[in-house]
Amino acid sequence: MPFEGIGASVRRKEDARFLSGRGNYTDDINRPGQLHAFIRRSDRPHARINSIDTTAAAKAPGVVAVYTGADMAADNVGGLPCGWQIHNKDGSPMAEPPHPVIAVGKVRHVGDPVAVVIADTKQAAKDAAELIVIDYQDLPAAASLRDAVASGAALVHDDVPGNICYDWHIGDKAMIDAAFAGAAKVVKLDLTNNRLIPNAMEPRAAVGEFDGHSGDYTLYTTSQNPHVIRLLMGAFVLHIPENKLRVVAPDVGGGFGSKIYHYAEEAIVTWAAGKLRRPVKWTAERNESFMSDAHGRDHDSTAEMALDANGNFLALRISTLANMGGYLSTFAPCIPTYLYATLLAGVYKTPLIYCEVKAVFTNTVPVDAYRGAGRPEATFLLERLVDACAHDTGMDRVAIRRQNFIAADAFPYQTPVALQYDSGNYQATLDGCLKAADYAGFEGRRAAAAARGKLRGIGVSTYIEACGIAPSAVVGSLGARAGLYEVANIKVHPTGSVTVYTGTHSHGQGHETTLAQLVCEQLGVPIEQVDVVHGDTAKIPFGMGTYGSRSLAVGGTAMVKAMDKIIAKGKKIAAHLMEASVDDIEFKDNKFTVAGTDKVKSLTDISLAAYVPHNYPIDELEPGLDETAFYDPKNFTFPGGCHIAEVEIDRDTGIVEVVNFVAVDDVGRVINPMIVEGQVQGGVAQGIGQALLEHAVYDSSGQLLSGSMMDYTMPRADDLPNITVATETTLCTHNPLGVKGCGEVGAIGSPPAIINALVDALKAYGVRHIEMPATPQKLWSIIQGGAPRMAAE
Amino acid sequence: MYDFAYQKPSSLADAVKALSADPEAKALAGGMTLIPVLKQRLNKPTVVVDLAKLGLVGVSVSGNTVTISGMTTHGAVAGDAGLKGKIPSLTELASHIGDEAVRHRGTIGGSLANNDPAADYPAAALALGATIKTDRRSIKADDFFQGMFATALEQGELITAVEFPAPEKGAYEKFRNPASRYAIVGVYVAKTAGRVRVAVTGAGQNGVFRHTAMEQALSANFAPDAIAGIATPPDGMNSDIHASAEYRAHLVGVMAKRAVARAY
Repeated sequence: MPFEGIGASVRRKEDARFLSGRGNYTDDINRPGQLHAFIRRSDRPHARINSIDTTAAAKAPGVVAVYTGADMAADNVGGLPCGWQIHNKDGSPMAEPPHPVIAVGKVRHVGDPVAVVIADTKQAAKDAAELIVIDYQDLPAAASLRDAVASGAALVHDDVPGNICYDWHIGDKAMIDAAFAGAAKVVKLDLTNNRLIPNAMEPRAAVGEFDGHSGDYTLYTTSQNPHVIRLLMGAFVLHIPENKLRVVAPDVGGGFGSKIYHYAEEAIVTWAAGKLRRPVKWTAERNESFMSDAHGRDHDSTAEMALDANGNFLALRISTLANMGGYLSTFAPCIPTYLYATLLAGVYKTPLIYCEVKAVFTNTVPVDAYRGAGRPEATFLLERLVDACAHDTGMDRVAIRRQNFIAADAFPYQTPVALQYDSGNYQATLDGCLKAADYAGFEGRRAAAAARGKLRGIGVSTYIEACGIAPSAVVGSLGARAGLYEVANIKVHPTGSVTVYTGTHSHGQGHETTLAQLVCEQLGVPIEQVDVVHGDTAKIPFGMGTYGSRSLAVGGTAMVKAMDKIIAKGKKIAAHLMEASVDDIEFKDNKFTVAGTDKVKSLTDISLAAYVPHNYPIDELEPGLDETAFYDPKNFTFPGGCHIAEVEIDRDTGIVEVVNFVAVDDVGRVINPMIVEGQVQGGVAQGIGQALLEHAVYDSSGQLLSGSMMDYTMPRADDLPNITVATETTLCTHNPLGVKGCGEVGAIGSPPAIINALVDALKAYGVRHIEMPATPQKLWSIIQGGAPRMAAE
Repeated sequence: MYDFAYQKPSSLADAVKALSADPEAKALAGGMTLIPVLKQRLNKPTVVVDLAKLGLVGVSVSGNTVTISGMTTHGAVAGDAGLKGKIPSLTELASHIGDEAVRHRGTIGGSLANNDPAADYPAAALALGATIKTDRRSIKADDFFQGMFATALEQGELITAVEFPAPEKGAYEKFRNPASRYAIVGVYVAKTAGRVRVAVTGAGQNGVFRHTAMEQALSANFAPDAIAGIATPPDGMNSDIHASAEYRAHLVGVMAKRAVARAY
């Protein structure tokens, strides 16, 4: 059999289905008697709802029902819950205002649901929704972070003073302030992390169904974590016990974080299906994606580094405003705290770090995790600040990094911001990347570009991130309201094929292949005899889903543990069949052997015996070969690496071309190199998108100006260079596979590499920082504004 | 979209009649603007009159004049060898409108009749001094464009063809909106015997316009340097989240110089 185990670039099993149009997405699901929901959304950023008149809509052709927030409240439907509680500096809990499924009393952002029409067809529902008369009293809006924290700002939630959700910090401020007071040099940078709109290719969709005979509900939904949705929606919103609620997340066309959360529409269709005793379907139109999918990023920060006279980092002090939007999305509070501030050590041995974060409500779409989730924000801030340190001290950008790196022999390394890195080698990824990018030859390329009239620059980013979330006890102590273990059920069938039931969820990552390769490796079963099943609470024992690059490190480890049990049980069966001591049984390459003999039984011999137990140790052993394992990780994993970008700017227009991009990442052991390369390339594409193109823009009244593909610039193939991807591996020390995770590294490491390259290209213009996205207009303004300091006279 | 009636007449007279009789009727000439507008419910026509069966398709070359029938797609214009021999800058322009799918549906008549301020064809028509032929008359390009989304077309009047005199040389340079890929600034420069016309799309609040200062300078000396000192005032320029009026004004100069340098 061809090598299909760990390290093989096996072609993706799922691609034949996807590429031939045979995927089964939520919108492909149609249930008998199905109705269609259309949601009337607020076109106001902030307004009091004086009244809603649904009379005409209810009488419109094909309409079955029209519901408002009042109808849901009358049915005792709960608000959308928040899954993470942060505490303020003074120990008090964060402000957690209600998040009604359908707005009650006020609307707080454009896109806030105000009513839902349920009709025979989507067209009829949409027609009728226009007949709903809503009497709004417009209110001043807090449209941006700065507006929302200004004195006298409009209050998004009447009972949340100053719009502050929480005022949190980590580190010892007095110690840090003292270190700054005594520092030889302080480098300060104000910077913004631009707001992004995820735009998965597949818009969100949901189908709710109720079985009047059994009383069972089923929700089909575009989710990255169906068990989490079952838990949140069942327990907090609709009060349906788990045994009566099945949640199915079938094929999902991209998530990037935006499909983690429990959204209003899931509750609406499930609740309405129960009330109407008919299935109810909702599928987002693209403009609804823009105004109802959780957005990402949106930080304003001030960063300061204290250095000694030799360029050693002494202390880091950060103050950040983080936008929460109009309501708290499911995991929003943890993103700018425990997935951000704890990463601020980066790859550096900075001994003292202090970070304070104010999370702020604004009249915008809720903000939550988006590919990288907090770590891109930390990395952008830190890697820009390090370049500013080099700029201000006159040190070389690579040398100052190398000098402050955590040494390769310093692991495990305890950072001053709670995390303990288990492994890494930042020198190796830096050296590999410098070589692959021909960093040494850059000045020649800069000169050649200058001769063509182009401004060429090179930028380096050395980053770390935390994946494999997460140890349940640790995150519980930090405010998580869930455990973050993972579950695998492995069924070895009677004739030796295998089905894996995993609690993780694949929405483009290729789990059906990568996870199957683990079975090839450990059980020696050919990959075509291994199926990976995910996304159905009726099939999977339990699971926390996929985000934070956790599927392999946590879900894969659960599989290893379950397969360990399979092998242990198989050895007992083999010992019985071969009349040997179990201690003498060895398992390798699909075969059980008796040490020192030529006796052999295949896994199929054993599985057949397990299910047809005629000759079987039935007094000691249950029949069957079907094992489940829960795995709670011991620590986060810490992928890291180096990204180098090379750019050319057209002086006349400000247009940027990314002419080269090299990523050398340490993602731990690589299971499928082809998939890792694709994941990194996709992440880098999103990172380049953030750095150069993407920006969710609200005007001062709270209207979303970039509300469609006409104005929101998604990266396209011709915006991107060839991306060179390589790995330099150190193994994770606390999971048996040695894996760290690769899904987010591209989006985390790349934005500062791009901006550092642009600042380098424009250094003759006296530029020290450029905010994202670095649009042509922005760069042109810089070129216009500052005549080159070294202009050729 | 809202419900509407749909007609696909096979004679020009029937199409004109249907569109003249009903002020709420809309012509469908490819639909690359109309269909998205309908899908977004921004328009509620009573009837959509599809012009696809009127036989208004094709490119013909006669002497120094090229005639493109109104329902000829951008893809067909881009790929027409006869046209390419006469006005290669026009086939090149057509090859960069929208994307492959758009170019196989969108038509020249549809584009001109819509007169989107960021569309490419209006710049070509104005710079080349085209004549717009309709079911009832001929209209000079200089008289045809009357501001953003406004033209000289009467209710029910349909573009049957567009006549382009071939220039000595010409070129179109476009600075694209990074998101929509429409022109933020597009400049078409066309040199004919003794004179030069410069048309600017994307930039102006009133849609496509001729840049007379540049035309005069280039008529005297057809070289990029001839317009290097001509500043385009930002007054009257569009401004949005992608490009300010000042930036657009600057880009008009850059695109014009590039078009002159590349004219062929």
